[in-house]
Amino acid sequence: MNYAFKRLIQLIPILFGITFLSFLLMYLAGSDAVTEMYSNRGVEVAQEIIDERKAALGLNLSFGEQYLNWLWAMLHGDMGASFVTGENVLTAFLRKLPATLMLTGLSIVLTVLISLPCGILAAVRHDRSVDLILRFGSFMGNAMPNFFVAMLLMEFLGIQLGLLPVISSGTDLESALLPTMTLAIAMSAKYMRQVRSAVLEELGKDYVLGARARGISDSVILWKNVMKAAMLTIMTLLALSIGSLLGGTAIVESIFMWDGVGKLAVDAINMRDYPVIQAYVMWMAIIYVLVNLVADLLYHELDPRIRLGVNSK
Amino acid sequence: MSSSATPTIRLQNVQKNTLQRKLYFFGALALLLVAASFFSEQLCPYDPYMQDMSLTKAAPSAEHLLGTDRYGRDMFSRVIAGSKTSIFSTLLLVSFITLFGSFIGIVCAWMGRKTDTVLMRLSDMFLAFPGLVFALAVAAVLGGGVHNAIFALAAISWPKYARLARSQTLALQAAPFMQAAKMAGSSTFKLIYKHVIPNISGPILVTAVLDIGTMMMELAGLSFLGLGAKPPIPEWGSMMSDTRNLLPTQPWVTLAPGFAIFFSVMIFNLLGDTVRDYLDPKRR
Repeated sequence: MNYAFKRLIQLIPILFGITFLSFLLMYLAGSDAVTEMYSNRGVEVAQEIIDERKAALGLNLSFGEQYLNWLWAMLHGDMGASFVTGENVLTAFLRKLPATLMLTGLSIVLTVLISLPCGILAAVRHDRSVDLILRFGSFMGNAMPNFFVAMLLMEFLGIQLGLLPVISSGTDLESALLPTMTLAIAMSAKYMRQVRSAVLEELGKDYVLGARARGISDSVILWKNVMKAAMLTIMTLLALSIGSLLGGTAIVESIFMWDGVGKLAVDAINMRDYPVIQAYVMWMAIIYVLVNLVADLLYHELDPRIRLGVNSK
Repeated sequence: MSSSATPTIRLQNVQKNTLQRKLYFFGALALLLVAASFFSEQLCPYDPYMQDMSLTKAAPSAEHLLGTDRYGRDMFSRVIAGSKTSIFSTLLLVSFITLFGSFIGIVCAWMGRKTDTVLMRLSDMFLAFPGLVFALAVAAVLGGGVHNAIFALAAISWPKYARLARSQTLALQAAPFMQAAKMAGSSTFKLIYKHVIPNISGPILVTAVLDIGTMMMELAGLSFLGLGAKPPIPEWGSMMSDTRNLLPTQPWVTLAPGFAIFFSVMIFNLLGDTVRDYLDPKRR
């Protein structure tokens, strides 16, 4: 409990940092935000109206005052309105978030299903042909940007074989398959390597040799001892890789027209819809920080060495 | 006893030699790639910008190895020309973040106290943003263009180097030889230049070489979203996005730049892995 409290305290400056950077970015961009807003709506207005609007939005205040005003409004759930649709940004973001979370969740499940067995197999069959093939596969996956994977999957599964819809027709499971596979392939390539080295490191420890010498079967050692110890590292690494997954959704969502926050952000970037970009950046960072926090707390809760304060090797 | 020790020594020699050979091989391959991108204008069989409306969307043939796009531009030439933007921007980006990040890291470790706290909290702020998310926003604010995409990626990647250089320098400061050099009256500049930099450059170099592939993919990703190089400038990411509606009919046009990225990243990753193994004292 003490540790959790300490971590929560540490979170406060980070959250301030996130809000500050998100604000700063849009502040730097936003000197012409009002002009931009009117031009996006396709109306030409006089300079006086622009100035008036700027004053109404508080854009003529000092930087510090603007930041505090923005922070105050943000804490009350008001992140401004979209320049393009005029909709409340937070509402729009929250409406699209479930689709992205679904895609992320499915990708994580698929990644675990691929990389856990493959990683363990590669570690157990260390330096044998299975290991070499799996390592080669993960190496190839690591060298492919996700938009290239997306195109390859579209070409072969979508067009050549006609198995799956190339463009999402909604947020149903069938449309989710190709984007999920794209994200999972890139993530599995990295994660499989990490699982392999985590298991391999445990397998090299003295207690494994001791257990083997006492005649305990290899499968019992692997599943009862090694996996139990390696699982902690594996879980932590999985939580950490969620970060790159969250960033990767933007590209994949816009390729497959998946209606989530990533596509929302890319569309907003093309339209220079700054409030939407700001909300996206800030909330993605907050989600990421919270996921890391939960992973860290879980790690501390699950690891008996840390929980009981024993300093063992 | 001496006879039983001999095979071990020989085994180590053999391994080092293979590693060295691998290093030379992948190093040469990477150099070749960089050289090819440098001389890309001379290597292109056709002008990558030349449009030939009588020959649009042609299939691969002897004249046009990868066919032509919808403006009749030779895809093979465009892929070669694209290497200049993709590879050079990446190398520029990686060298910049390596130097800048390491500089900040050394400053943090050396100055300690407030400078260290402020700069490290600042890097924490940047590290709180997942992957490409922050780069997307920076690129969005700055508007498209290769330079802005480089800047956006630099903004999110320098903290990694700063942290690495900082921890390495801190570990060095406690070393007896550093204390001795300090007592012998070496100036701060000399201490950093003669002792710190040579000792921390190994791990930083490994990280940098391994980062080339990742950065190349992220830069291409930004271009793919229209936040990097703008058409008609040939760049692998933007070429793929530009031609993606040709995927059902002319997959080779869309996929060729992707394979170019794939092979380049693979070469740099192989080089990175080899450099890491080569510099690892345990492996030698």
